[in-house]
Amino acid sequence: MAILIDSDTRVICQGFTGAQATYHMERAIAYGTKVVGGVVPGKGGRGHLGLPVFDTVAEAREATGATASAVFVPPRNAAAAIIESIDADIEFMVCVTERVPVLDMVRVKRRLEGSGTRLVGPNSQGIMVPGRCKIGVMPAHLERPGKVGIVSRSASLTSEVIEQISAQRLGQSASIGIGGDPVHGMGFVDCLKLFFADPDTECVVLLGEIGGSDEEEAAAFLAANPAPKPVVAYVAGLHAPTERRMGHAGTVNVFGQGDAAGKIKALRAAGVAIAASPAEIGLTVRQAARA
Amino acid sequence: MNLHEYQAKDLLRRHGVKSPAGQLARSSDEAAEAARKLGGTRWAVKAQIHAGLRQDAGGVQFCDTPEAVAAAAAKLLGSRLVTPQTGAKGKLVRSVYVEQAVAYERELYLAALVNRSAGRVALIAAREGGNDIEARLAAAPEQMLSLVIDPETGVTEAEAGRLAGELGLAGAAAEQAVGVMRALDKAFTTFDASLIEINPLAVTAAGDLLALDVKMVLDDNAQFRHADLAALRDEDEIDPAELEAQRYNLNYVHLEGNIGVMVNGAGLALATVDLLKEQGGEPADFMDVRPEATRAQITHGFKLLLRNPAVTAILVNIYGGGILRCDTVAEGIAAACKEAGLNVPLIVRAAGTNGELARKILMSQGIPVTFAQTLAQAAAKVVEAGGRKAA
Repeated sequence: MAILIDSDTRVICQGFTGAQATYHMERAIAYGTKVVGGVVPGKGGRGHLGLPVFDTVAEAREATGATASAVFVPPRNAAAAIIESIDADIEFMVCVTERVPVLDMVRVKRRLEGSGTRLVGPNSQGIMVPGRCKIGVMPAHLERPGKVGIVSRSASLTSEVIEQISAQRLGQSASIGIGGDPVHGMGFVDCLKLFFADPDTECVVLLGEIGGSDEEEAAAFLAANPAPKPVVAYVAGLHAPTERRMGHAGTVNVFGQGDAAGKIKALRAAGVAIAASPAEIGLTVRQAARA
Repeated sequence: MNLHEYQAKDLLRRHGVKSPAGQLARSSDEAAEAARKLGGTRWAVKAQIHAGLRQDAGGVQFCDTPEAVAAAAAKLLGSRLVTPQTGAKGKLVRSVYVEQAVAYERELYLAALVNRSAGRVALIAAREGGNDIEARLAAAPEQMLSLVIDPETGVTEAEAGRLAGELGLAGAAAEQAVGVMRALDKAFTTFDASLIEINPLAVTAAGDLLALDVKMVLDDNAQFRHADLAALRDEDEIDPAELEAQRYNLNYVHLEGNIGVMVNGAGLALATVDLLKEQGGEPADFMDVRPEATRAQITHGFKLLLRNPAVTAILVNIYGGGILRCDTVAEGIAAACKEAGLNVPLIVRAAGTNGELARKILMSQGIPVTFAQTLAQAAAKVVEAGGRKAA
């Protein structure tokens, strides 16, 4: 079993019949993901991609035994869709939707507390276990099965790093996108714990960026719990102007916190190998994995 | 979406947060008229721009007669105000807010924001407000009081009462503070704010609490449920190129350098800018193409780079992914070059989905492009082509 998902995980898709969902779920199925159906309110009873469509998550779960969900629902209904899955005891969710209002995520985060559901996202590219399965929108071409676990706040940077790691002839155990939004589901610390416990992972790469406090929390966690495996990090935005919004809603400095230099300093102090340049992440992984 | 001070105060008043009586003016006559109508013996004339730290820059003037109010307004209106938050060129003052000046005994700091590590809204407070609050709290974080709010209950009477006590308030002032804190939380949620900062929150001798200055930012992602607030958007305050980029769904931030940059994804864009700077280059912008961008949107975005007179070379770094394919970007760029003309070196790194097709498209359309295989090569080539920053 890889972390979070495997080729046996039964997956439904919320917002299944939309164009994006259709495109990506077709590719997920081709990749080996066990997609068992979809949920679209008002379209229950129909079929899509040769799979059943249900009105509610509870019905889909009951009929298919699904334990995971991919959320492709538009921003205005995304939070309600996630909460519906939490209420239906779905164990693992990926929310791909971008531009979810932050206060909706505050409500979602509250509902996740004490539930048995884990969420990655929103604004997440999802999770991929190379050669086995994927839930989300990440492209599949340069990844290789292997022993490096990747956890990232940015989709395109993850592709860049997978290319660099594969060029070093190293493969990946799994890559997880936690999303770039200010309030999101699983964070770096949650994913570090999973990778540390995973016998298939020998080295972990953490791809951070300015804003928020996920990197600082990872550093504090690693300072208190020495890593059993090498951890490599790159934090984007060392030269970004402060006080400006740079793409993600999550990358705004408030009160001077969350700048790249501070994050890098904290991670380095916690024993993390820092890739000095974004062009050298693969090389840093190679060196750390060897050490 | 950033709001002006007068707009933010209006929104907070709807929830019961008091501020001095004030009126917006767009001419010196209007300003004098506002002072007379508001009454009193002393007024503040405040430049309405989307930037803080106005007072030390001369953007807030205190006047004792309506004539002096008119003179202060005449001086501010049409001038460019430079504060540490505006950049060197400053911001054009198009309106002033004329407000009754009030006497008070204490200045507090109170803000509501999203505490990301908690994933909740939090109130941040300090016993002393003022312009240097961020630096002071950074230096002495123990002075920062915080109340993390449970979204299912909102700020409770008891929590607010405790925070008021920590602020050193008692009696009528403490009672009002509880009301202000709960109102601030309510306003934050009602308007889908991402920041509301009251600085200072004045305490008068009678124990009244008045918001003397308010900064408010609304969550752009929630605008779909606030059609009534759309009119508060002041497009004059937004950089014209950034405004145009917003229309085409591109994240664009204007920077001061000479290398035009187009990248897909914020993380990769930040990394690309970092690498350029490390190699001695100066980015002219930060442009993040969203995954679902269309060919036409990319054409508009690329034209923004072509139109920037400071640009001496352009770098396009696209990692084609699950949604955005490199060929879509190539077609968009080719169309922009045909319509607007390409007069500077263009370096393209197209990796991932349909990267090879993108290279073919650009070559077959006769666009003079230098291709790069890796991020490092792309950065080196564009810095070489565009020149390093002046020493």
